[in-house]
Parts: sequence; structure tokens; C-alpha cells
Amino acid sequence: MVQLSSTLLYIAFVLYLIATLFFGGAIRIKKKEGLDRWATLGIVVTIIGFIAQLGYFITRWIAAGHAPVSNLFEFTTFFGMMLVGAFIVIYFIYKTSLLGLFTLPIAILVIAYASMFPREISPLIPALQSDWLHIHVTTAAAGEAILAISFAAGLIYLIRVVDQSKSSKRTFWLEFVLFFLISTLGFVIVTTSFRVAGYEATFEWIDKNGKQDEMVYHMPALVGPHEGVLKTEGRMTPLIDMPAIINARKLNTVIWSLLSGFALYGLLRLVLRKRIAAALQPLVRNVNLDLVDEIGYRSVAIGFPVFTLGALIFAMIWAQIAWTRFWGWDPKEVWALITWLFYAAFLHLRLSKGWHGERSAWLAVIGFAIIMFNLVAVNLVIAGLHSYAGS
Amino acid sequence: MKEKRFWLRTVILAIMLAAIGYTIYSNVFVEKRAIQVGDSAPDFVLTDLNGNKIQLSDYRGKGVFLNFWGTWCKPCEKEMPYINSQYNVYKNEGVEVIAVNVGEAKVTVQTFVDRFQLTFPVVIDQQDQVMNAYNIGPLPATFLIDKEGKIVDIITGTMTEEDVKKYMERIKP
Amino acid sequence: MEQVKCECGHVNPIGTVLCEACGKPLEEVPMLLDMRYEGSARRSQTYNQTIVDKIWNFFSSVKVGIWLIVITLVASAIGTIYPQQMYIPPTVSPAEYYEQQYGWLGKWYYALGFHDLYSSWWYMLLIALIGVSLVICSLDRVVPLYRALNNQRVTRNEQFLQRQRLFSRAQATDYETALRHVVDKLTKRGYRIREENGNILAEKGRFSRWGPYVNHIGLIIFLIGAMLRFVPGMYVDENMWIREGEIKEIPGTKGKYFLENKKFIFEVYEKEKEKEAFQPAIDRVGSGMMAKNYQTDVVLYERVGPVVAGEEPKLKRIKSFSIRVNEPLKHDHYALYQVDFKLDELKNMSFHLTDKQTNKSFGTITIDLIQPEKEYDLGNGYKVQLLSYFPDFYFDENGNPNTRSKVPNNPAFVFKMFAPDRPKGEVSFTAIRQTIEPLGDNKYKMSFAGIETRNVSALTVRRDFTLWILGVGGAIFMIGLIQGMYWNHRRVWIQRINDEVLVAAHTNKNWFGLKKELEGIFNDTPFVMPIDQADKRS
Repeated sequence: MVQLSSTLLYIAFVLYLIATLFFGGAIRIKKKEGLDRWATLGIVVTIIGFIAQLGYFITRWIAAGHAPVSNLFEFTTFFGMMLVGAFIVIYFIYKTSLLGLFTLPIAILVIAYASMFPREISPLIPALQSDWLHIHVTTAAAGEAILAISFAAGLIYLIRVVDQSKSSKRTFWLEFVLFFLISTLGFVIVTTSFRVAGYEATFEWIDKNGKQDEMVYHMPALVGPHEGVLKTEGRMTPLIDMPAIINARKLNTVIWSLLSGFALYGLLRLVLRKRIAAALQPLVRNVNLDLVDEIGYRSVAIGFPVFTLGALIFAMIWAQIAWTRFWGWDPKEVWALITWLFYAAFLHLRLSKGWHGERSAWLAVIGFAIIMFNLVAVNLVIAGLHSYAGS
Repeated sequence: MKEKRFWLRTVILAIMLAAIGYTIYSNVFVEKRAIQVGDSAPDFVLTDLNGNKIQLSDYRGKGVFLNFWGTWCKPCEKEMPYINSQYNVYKNEGVEVIAVNVGEAKVTVQTFVDRFQLTFPVVIDQQDQVMNAYNIGPLPATFLIDKEGKIVDIITGTMTEEDVKKYMERIKP
Repeated sequence: MEQVKCECGHVNPIGTVLCEACGKPLEEVPMLLDMRYEGSARRSQTYNQTIVDKIWNFFSSVKVGIWLIVITLVASAIGTIYPQQMYIPPTVSPAEYYEQQYGWLGKWYYALGFHDLYSSWWYMLLIALIGVSLVICSLDRVVPLYRALNNQRVTRNEQFLQRQRLFSRAQATDYETALRHVVDKLTKRGYRIREENGNILAEKGRFSRWGPYVNHIGLIIFLIGAMLRFVPGMYVDENMWIREGEIKEIPGTKGKYFLENKKFIFEVYEKEKEKEAFQPAIDRVGSGMMAKNYQTDVVLYERVGPVVAGEEPKLKRIKSFSIRVNEPLKHDHYALYQVDFKLDELKNMSFHLTDKQTNKSFGTITIDLIQPEKEYDLGNGYKVQLLSYFPDFYFDENGNPNTRSKVPNNPAFVFKMFAPDRPKGEVSFTAIRQTIEPLGDNKYKMSFAGIETRNVSALTVRRDFTLWILGVGGAIFMIGLIQGMYWNHRRVWIQRINDEVLVAAHTNKNWFGLKKELEGIFNDTPFVMPIDQADKRS
């Protein structure tokens, strides 16, 4: 069952990749009358991939006895699945294959990112032993995924409208966003490479309480732990040691990701000889801007209530049961509130202040950045009750 | 019409201002205690080291200096002799001292009482019931109770002998 | 009050952009009409006189509301940079902790009050101001919007129609028959039709316009619930530690309820006992390293008769329950939660009275570490007196034995041992792995014979009378949100003016959906499907 489950996830991953290519094909061929074969193929493959991933989810649920949303890998994978699910729904409403070309790669990145964390099926600690685990986590993830569709739409909008003929603040920030997506890819590549190579370096170090401890790196240490002493022979010695309050291994991973992101980005710029967004612009030339704007807005309109229900209301009900209080200002809770406040501001700006089009698209990008911050940084960096046992 | 609107707005704003003011005031500036100055002191019954029942309501008509303490608490240890000596002055003026130990072993308490030769009744709150009723946090905590059984003051923290004298003076009937 | 009279005869409040009745623009407006709030006059902006009006108008601005949201958002984010005071170890002083752990940044974090941000007066004020903004913004908009939607007429001003985003104009041939056909189709799709002189207003989903105001009411109720928490008696939050075998009053219940701890159970995941699928995960963290269950088996009692603190209570058994994480014990609005535990606290300690030379034992005493006896008689002239007892022993700064607390973490005793050959007794100070004979060399000693331990469970006691208010607020908020977000308000106007048919349509959101619907309605009729004028523009 466990094996079957992983295989299904792998199949889903590959199918999403293939579907992306089909959606890419659908753009290249210009058509006037309705949908072409490429787009149909794309959505069919996407749906099969989604079913495969659903199969992963169900078989893993059976194997574990609880819904597989209990650690960072499972949650992030589920988020990826919901993203694809939300895309499928939106696709059937608006029939835009271009959205697939942007949403699926994001989902692929999300799932690949998830796979970098421990993937074993873990039993539940007492705090998680509740039906609210399924109810709260799945609803919250679904809400975030629907909101994330607005990011894909926003990105399409920005790539289409931002003037690439001269360099400006807008071109810079758009490249910045794309650079982050590329860095995620960099993180996946670097992590996988060193994992395949079996890299391991052990350090002895002094933690912030002055106690000696061990830390195992799975990537060459560019930054070492506080007063770290390399214990494994033939491994790279760090360029600099970090103070005790900084988790040096995580910082090291971040640095590697950014460096590989730079490398990939630089390479792409060399090959393309223009900004990435400029290179992507022809793909979106024929897009109906009003429609993309509406897709972005509708995904927020649909996602916001789901997010509120899952990430705030259900969260509060469960917190009251498990942690004795419905709200405790835990970092994850606060960031859910921040996300909620942000989208509330988004909706008010749009409805009352008329922030449509490009402004709305930029806001969608910021909203997604907040969601990602909550998913990545709050779990890994800011310790709290929610921090999963990730590495 | 305009008049009406003005008053409507004023009333709504005033209500909101009052609600917010109260909330912030009570949350930030008032110590949260289940028991407060002005409340009537919850009655209790405890047994002293000689096996006598001591009930607070029997002391109606006298001022009661109610002290919560533990043998490990250094400030308690420091102020015990002061309370003892002032008690010897004020007991003839209608001020009684009840020292409630916060549930230690009788042997431990007895040793302490013998060491300081305490003359006022020392009772042990074996089941934390009285501590709960008085919502005791950090030690020592002293409640000044007047002859009507009302709490006149709550003192947390160490007292000098001068303080003890002053407090006993306050509850003298 | 100043008023504006439209050419259609309707009298509008000053500040109205589009006549409430016929929709004719009363001011200079762009080519496509801005239909937010139906162009009605937001009350507050129309005049500005007293200080009350000024305050009111300030909070009536959505811009101010958005700024409040953004400031709250940023402040909240700053509060997560370092852990809040409630999550740092309770024994350390926060002033030192933040500087020690996070350097000068931590020092400033503390100095600026971010360590206790969410209960600071200014953060609460921010939330409260958002509440004020909610109330005033909603009041100022819902009334005019209601008026406008209620007063709207079927027959509209031509300008109103042609300035709608969806609009078409065509020659009217066989108008009546075609109109019947379209009306039929509109009715089938759930539109309510109003007719006036052969002109049509078809409308559906108007209730979705009230969604924002409904959800704002929900939020306000929620905020009121949060405020009421600070009213005395609404909220109880206490902690209790209870040993196995103990019966204790539950704090916060005013002496009404008692609890007995029958047993505390702590379980871990062990490799052998768990299913195959979990093996790799257990291997990674180590067998027995991951908690599986925290459970306290308790019996709940209610006190019978009047409550006098300290008195031995007469108890009536109410129920037995196993309190686990996620499964609190609930009774009479109180809830008891499993929050912490301590394994193997010392319960009893046993000693043999032995002869140091021969190691012969003259009997064994077992000391209850919570309430030790004064004297233990072993018969035959042997007895042991307990002179002093230090449950949590240490030597204080004067070198005297003392106790840190009343918890038997490290018990120490001063014994006086009596034997037929030592009638005056010998004094011995006995602690764990430590014996001192203060008055010279003794013949006898208390030799350690064993311990008994038990577990201690920590429970949190809660009672929160504000929960149902928060629940009602949350539910209303969700209803309003769904009402506003998942439905939309669509209107179609069909009007004949001088042998021409004018068709206009408006929706408050989801234009794509409206266009698709209109295509289905107009495809086989002589009327021309309205065209999206926003498309032409771009």
C-alpha cells in the first residue's frame, strides 16, 4: 500500500509535467474556433494526474489510518493537489489553457519542494489525534490553493502588461518573483543531487544554551554552526560560523537554493538574452486581460470564504479542543490572520477603491508570497506549536 | 433630521468608545484577580497544629490579619517575626492573626513554628481549598480583613515591621 | 436638508451621483458608469460640521479601514519575529531573556513592547478601531444602498442604459413577441421581472448585495464576544496539578467541584507494537521517542451542602472520565484539559533502622512524603522520631538545610533514633545518598530501603461564557461571506425608445458568467446580445 501510494504520487507528478507541455502546445498554435486538441489533451492528462494523486492520498490514508496531512511533506503535497484541483474547476468555468501553463508548473514546484522533506508515514502525536486534523487542514489547504490560482492569473496579467521595452521597478519586481520560483527549482535540484550523492557532514557545535550538540549537514557547509567542528573527514569546511541563535543548517540550505537560483536564472538570461518575463511575453500576447483579471478576482472571491472557514474558524474550534484556547497568538495562527487580513484588504481595495487590473495582479502576487511564507518560513524558521518535524 | 442624526452618531460613538475604553482599561491596567479589595472575605475552616478548628466567621467583630505563607519562602520567613511581635501588641486591641500555610507537611510547619516561637494560630491548607478561594499566586500574600469581614487591602510581597504595624492599625476595630 | 431633483421627478439626497429612480447621472461621470453603491450618496460625505461628524466621517472612509487593516497586519507580523512572552520559559526574566537570546535586536524588541504585542493597549486599540470602522462604514453605506435598490424604477434614463458596461441598441421589429420570449427565458433562469410600459427590469440575486453587511455584523458580534471576556465571571482559566490517588478541589469552580486522579497514563510509540507502515518513521526518531497518549483517568465529584473552604467536603460522584489531549472533560460549562505531567514523583520512602556495625535491621519505616508521621514505633524499644522534614532539600546561603518547595523532589529528614541501648536517642540527618551525624558518631543509622513513586498530571480548567457569542458571530460572518461572494446581483434592462430596443445589463461581479447567461437568453431572439463596452475600450 505504501509503495503503491508513492508510485501514484510519482505518476501524478510526471503527468502534470506532460500536461504542462500540452498546454504549452495549445498556446503556440493560434486558434479562433474554440478549444484545440492540445488543450483538450492537456486537461485530460491533468485530470488523470489529479486522479492518480487522489489515489496517492487515499492509499496513504488507508495505510496510515489517518489523513495524510500530518507533516510538512504531506501537507505541502496536499496543497499541490488542491492547486491542481482548483485549476481544473476554474478551467471548466473559463476554458483558458494559458492558466494551465502557469498553474501546473507552480503545482509541480510545490510537490517537488514537498518531497525534499521526510516522507515516511508517521504516527500521530496526541495533539493531532482528532478528526479536526482532516477537517481543518484540508479546508485550509483548499482555501490557500484557490487563493493561489489568483497568483497564477496575476502573473499572466503582469507578464502581459508590464512594459519590457525599458527597465523599470515593475520589470525588476516581476523578475524578482520569477527568480523565487526558479530558486525553488534550484532548491529541489541541489537537494536531490546531494542526496543522490549521499553527502553527509557531521559537526559538533555549541547551542545557544552553551551545550554541545551534533548537527548533520546534507549539503556542503557554506555557513557552519556556532563554534562548529567538522567531524566527517574530507568534507568542506565552512567559510564562516554562525551565531548560536541562527539555525546554520537551514540557512545553509537557503544559501544553496539562492545560489543555484542565481545560477539557473543567469543561465536562462544568457540563453534568452532578455528578461525571463520578456521571454514569456509572447506566450500571453493573445490573452484577454479582462478575463484574466476576473479569474484572479473570482479565485479570491471563492477562496477567501474557504480559507476563513478552514484556517480560522475550524482552526479556532480545534484549538479550543486541543490546546484549551481558541486563539493563542502562535506564529502560525498569527500568519493565518495576516493572510486573512491581507485578502480582506485586497477585496476592499478592489470593491471600494476600484483596484482592478495590474494593481490587483500585484496584490495577488503579494498574497501568494504571504501564503508561501506561512507554509515555508513559519514551519521551518519561526518555531511554534505548529512547526512540523521537518529538517 | 440633522439634529436627530447628530444625536444618533454621538450615541453610537459614545457606546463604542465606552466599550473599547472599558476593555482596554480592564485588560491592560487592572490586575486580574478573582478576589478584590472590597469583597467580603470568603469564609473558611482549617485545623491548627494543636487540632483546633479555626473558622474565619468566628472572628467577626475583630480585625483579621490573614497571611498565606510557606516555609521555603524567604520573605515569609523574614516577616514572620514582625507579625509575631506586632501580634503581641495588637491582639489586645482586637486584631487577630491567622497564618495559613500553603499545604506543607505538619512536621515541616511545626519545626518552623517552633523555631520562630510563633504565638498566633497557624493552620495548614492541606487541600488548597482556601488558596483557591483567595486565588493565591506568589507568596507571601496578606489579606487585611476588617471587623465586618470585608477585605480592606491585599498585600503581596514583603512587609517591614513598620508595615505590619501600619496594617494592623488599619484593621483595628 | 439639501436635495437634488432629477428630471424624472425623483428627489435625491445631496451627493447622489446617479438618480435613485431612473439612474440619470446627476454629476459629471466617465463614459462607463461606476455602479458601486448604485451611485447613491454616502451619507457622511455630504456635509461636515461638528466634531462628531468629523470623527464619524473619518471612520466612514474605506481607505481609513484599509489602512487600519494594513497597520494591524504589519504589527502582527513583527510580533512573530521572536517568540511572545507567553512562549518563553516562565522562570526567566523576559528583560534578560530577549537580550541574551537575540542580542541588541532582542533588547529593542523587548523595550518596544513587541514581546507582549497582542495584549498591548495599542494593538487592542487597533483591533477596536477596525471594529469602529466596520460599524460606521457599514451604517453609512447600507442605508443609501437599500434606498437606491428599493427606489429603482423599471424605466431608466437612456444615458444610464448606454453607459452600462453591457449594452446594445437595435431596431425594434416585432418587439412585443420577442419581449415575451426573452422574459420567458429570463424567468426560467430565476430572474424576477418587473414591467412598466413595455419596459423590463429583470433582476436576481439582490440579496448578495447585503452579504458584506451581514458579514460585518458577524465580525462585530465576534469582537463584542472577545470584549466580554474581560468582564468578571465570563471567563475562568486555572491550572491544577493533581497526583495519582489525590482528590482535589478544582480551582475556579468556587469549591463546587472536586476531582480524583485515579491514574495518569503516558504512552509512546514503540517499534514492535506499531504497524508496518509506521516503522521507517519510528526508526528515524527512535523507538519510544514519540508520544502516543497522555491520559488522566479521573472521577468528578460535586460538593454537597454549603461551601466552606477548607472543610472536609461531602462529595457526590458525578462521573468517571479519561481526559486525553483533544478529549477534555466537560461538565457544567467547565472543561478540564490534559496539558502537562510529571512522571514518577516520590510518594513513599522506606528506611531500615540498622546497626552500623552488624548491619542488623531492627525494623522498617515507610514515610509518606506528603504527610509524614512524627513518630514511628518499631516495637521492642526501638522507635524513630522525625524532627524535621525538607521535601525539596538544599543548603541555603547560611549553610542550613532548607526546602525549595513543598514538592518531594529531594526529600531530607532529621531523624532521632531510639534503641534500648540509646534511650536518649541519636540524631541523624538523612538525605538521598547523604547522611550527616551532627552530634557525633552514631551507633545506628537509617539505611535506605526503597521508594514508591506516582505520576502527577497537570490539567487546565476553563469556562468561557463568550464562546457561544463568538460562535454566533463566526457563523453570521461565514453566512454573509458566502452570500456576498458566491452569489451575484444581476440586472437586465430592456427598453424601447423611439423604435429602438436598448438592452443593458449589470452585475456586481462575475461578468463572464453574466455574458454566458445572456448569450443563452438572446441567441435565438431578434434582440441583440449586449456588447461588453469595456472590451472596445482596451
